Amino acid sequence: MASLREKWAGRSVRWGRIAGRELSTVAITMFGLLLVTFLIARVIPIDPVLAVVGDNARPDVYEKARLDLGLDKPLWQQFAIYIGKVFSGDLGTSVLTAQLVTEDIKRVFPATLELATLGTLIGVSLGIPLGVLAAVNQGRWPDQIARVIGLFGYSIPVFWLGLMGLLLFYAKLGWVGGPGRIGVAWQDFVTPVTGVLLIDAAMQGEWEAFWDGFSHLILPSAVLGLFSLAYVSRMTRSFMITELQQQYVIAARVKGMSEARVIWHHALRNAVVPLVTVIALSYAHLLEGSVLTETIFAWPGLGRYITNALLNADMNAVLGGTLVIGAVFIGVNLLSDIFARLADPRAR
Amino acid sequence: MRHVAKLLAASAFAALMTTPVLAQTPKDTIVMAKQIDDIISLDPAEAFEFSGVEVGANVYDKLMGVDLKNNNALVGELAQSWTVSPDNLTYTFKLRPGVKFHSGNPLTAADVVYSFQRAVTLNKSPGFILAQFGFTKDNVLEKVKATDDTTLVVTVSKPYAPTFFLNCLTSGVASIVDSKLVKANEKDGDFGNAWLKLNSAGSGAYKVRAYRPNEQYALEANEAWYKGAPKNKRVIVRHVAEPASQRLLLEKGDVDIARNLSKDQLAAVKTNANIEIVQGDKGYILYLGLNQKNPNLAKPEVREALKYLVDYDSIERNIVEGTYKGHESFLPKGFLGAIDDKPYKFDPAKAKELLAKAGLPNGFTVTMDTRSVNPITDIAQAIQSNWAQAGVKLELIPGDGKQTLTKYRARTHDIYIGQWGPDYLDPHTNAETFAINEDNGEEAKSKTLAWRNAWDIPAMTKITQAAVLETSADKRKAEYEGLQREHQKVSPFVIMFQQIEVSADRKGVSGWAIGPSSDTNFYAPIAKN
Repeated sequence: MASLREKWAGRSVRWGRIAGRELSTVAITMFGLLLVTFLIARVIPIDPVLAVVGDNARPDVYEKARLDLGLDKPLWQQFAIYIGKVFSGDLGTSVLTAQLVTEDIKRVFPATLELATLGTLIGVSLGIPLGVLAAVNQGRWPDQIARVIGLFGYSIPVFWLGLMGLLLFYAKLGWVGGPGRIGVAWQDFVTPVTGVLLIDAAMQGEWEAFWDGFSHLILPSAVLGLFSLAYVSRMTRSFMITELQQQYVIAARVKGMSEARVIWHHALRNAVVPLVTVIALSYAHLLEGSVLTETIFAWPGLGRYITNALLNADMNAVLGGTLVIGAVFIGVNLLSDIFARLADPRAR
Repeated sequence: MRHVAKLLAASAFAALMTTPVLAQTPKDTIVMAKQIDDIISLDPAEAFEFSGVEVGANVYDKLMGVDLKNNNALVGELAQSWTVSPDNLTYTFKLRPGVKFHSGNPLTAADVVYSFQRAVTLNKSPGFILAQFGFTKDNVLEKVKATDDTTLVVTVSKPYAPTFFLNCLTSGVASIVDSKLVKANEKDGDFGNAWLKLNSAGSGAYKVRAYRPNEQYALEANEAWYKGAPKNKRVIVRHVAEPASQRLLLEKGDVDIARNLSKDQLAAVKTNANIEIVQGDKGYILYLGLNQKNPNLAKPEVREALKYLVDYDSIERNIVEGTYKGHESFLPKGFLGAIDDKPYKFDPAKAKELLAKAGLPNGFTVTMDTRSVNPITDIAQAIQSNWAQAGVKLELIPGDGKQTLTKYRARTHDIYIGQWGPDYLDPHTNAETFAINEDNGEEAKSKTLAWRNAWDIPAMTKITQAAVLETSADKRKAEYEGLQREHQKVSPFVIMFQQIEVSADRKGVSGWAIGPSSDTNFYAPIAKN
């Protein structure tokens, strides 16, 4: 009994140590991220006071606002004060929206989350089969077509594609909703709980609002999805080509397994581990928010929020947004690591 | 894995099954697409940007207003009548009886006192519009007094022209707030500023129902408004940053009014039978500021030459048609004393002659800070090629709006291309900034546009300051006319255009008119049939 308890205690100490190490890595990364963002945002030649008082303000008003923002203090002090507040959970107030940065992020991040998640789902569900198809038919016409689609998705500017999509599917055909997250007629039907409109609507049983929201969401996610599809399909193709040249594939074929089973069951399963890392990174990238997509589709998401803040040197909003993006990147990376460990027996 | 695959297939299928959703906007609701990300506050004592002021104009009432149909003449609004003492120092206002705030509280002279007190004490960006009459946070309660529930007595510090003071009372900062409601939401002596940034406490045509920054605001009609219930029940203004998206929403009927269409989109929707264009002269002036710290630009002949070197007509026709029109003096059309003189035409030969006189027969090289936004960039490029015709080599330095502005305010530019919008509906607002520079030193207290361009003008400063004390409206008008003609000749400002605000609405929308400032864009008369 005693030995067992000791063993457990030892294990928890070890886990504690690992968690502690991970945690300090995260903390140092976050600190570095904030420091660099702070310095960059402070060296750009934009006067943050202008965002508060506008161009026409009198000198005394200007001076008061400058003092309120603490800009008279040396840079290192400004940074130290900010970091101190972050530790007590206070990200400050955005000067542009006059709201707490945490409130702002609670509002804009779910909008981006919704878009990025559906975009990634579209990209993955179409990109993986396309990549596999290309790998299996390497050099033949399906491969060429997949290459063209990939090139298209990668190089067509999002603002052009978005506008053309709106013109065709919204203005001409009327299949989808227009710019904005939900039609005006439905906007008050859903009370924000999670902030993710579709989830909130489903929870509250507002199915018509759900479908209206979905019709607004599908086009921008498809635009993002195409980008993700291009990336995922190219990566799938190259992982699959590597796998298909492995000896176990030859062995499986020699044993008389069907080609479909060899490809989908054996080769793809092995390609999944690196693929998940790729997908996770592309998902994290979409979670930063896509400024152009959000602008075209009047989507009140994180990308536009941070860009707007940066252009006005709205420091608290920029730093708060950066923290969120940093956390998302670290979180998504962590999840993909865990997945890799679970999926790959060697890494367990 | 298999379950995940099924889920993916289901979601892809759902994507294909999207049903067409084409809800037209509700009949009693006006939906607008507009760029509203400039709003930093809905508090009338703080709002000073276009969109924020426009919200205030529809939510709050003021003592005075202007009659848009009668050349912006002053009319009483909450002030039923007023008298001015013979020495022009004391104003006595009689308030309209029976007006109620949205909360149901009666509007009294005490609310006016509180509103002025908080605007002066908070001293935010528009605070000076009231403070310039001598009110400070220490004396405002002596200078602005309620003698009974409907009588207000205001004492100003100098015998200013009554038109000047009354014009300033039409501006957003002079809005009357519900003192009981605001006091209930005060925090740490902030006069309810934090709360009013996002909420409303007015008596006007609408109350703010919901405001989500950078996303939308929804206003709800005040059926009990003293001017009569608005023609619609609700106004929803959505932030749509991209003009092309605004156009699609309008054409599809998902919005009733699109506010920020560009020149190309306006040309495109003009042919659409379901869409009408509404125009209004705005007070915004588009100009070049020539920094007098640059020795070449400081030569009077060079300043004049550059005014002859802009192809005003061609820029108007090819770049800004329908959104700007030619205007070469600092008071926009619609203001007391505005003139229509256009002394400068594109004349490279004349410009070359003047440059030779200045000792620069082969021209010179100079930079211009240019906001990377249309039409500013296109205009700057046109000017660049105009100037090349006389040998003036113009280098454009692109930048974001706040970036070029930061440089301009520090006086480190050569030339700045930008817009100036009047702060209130009185000629002094533009005269002050374009023609007053009390101290040209770096640490000057007042940093007007004349200061920003280091233009040292002690004589003109005196003349401009005197115009504000001229009590006869006719004489005052004549003074501004003379001032502008002199200014056109000597100033380091190449004034080129006045903005026309254009919006497009669906056929069937009536009553939407664009006023001369954001203070006068009213939603209440808008109806749909």
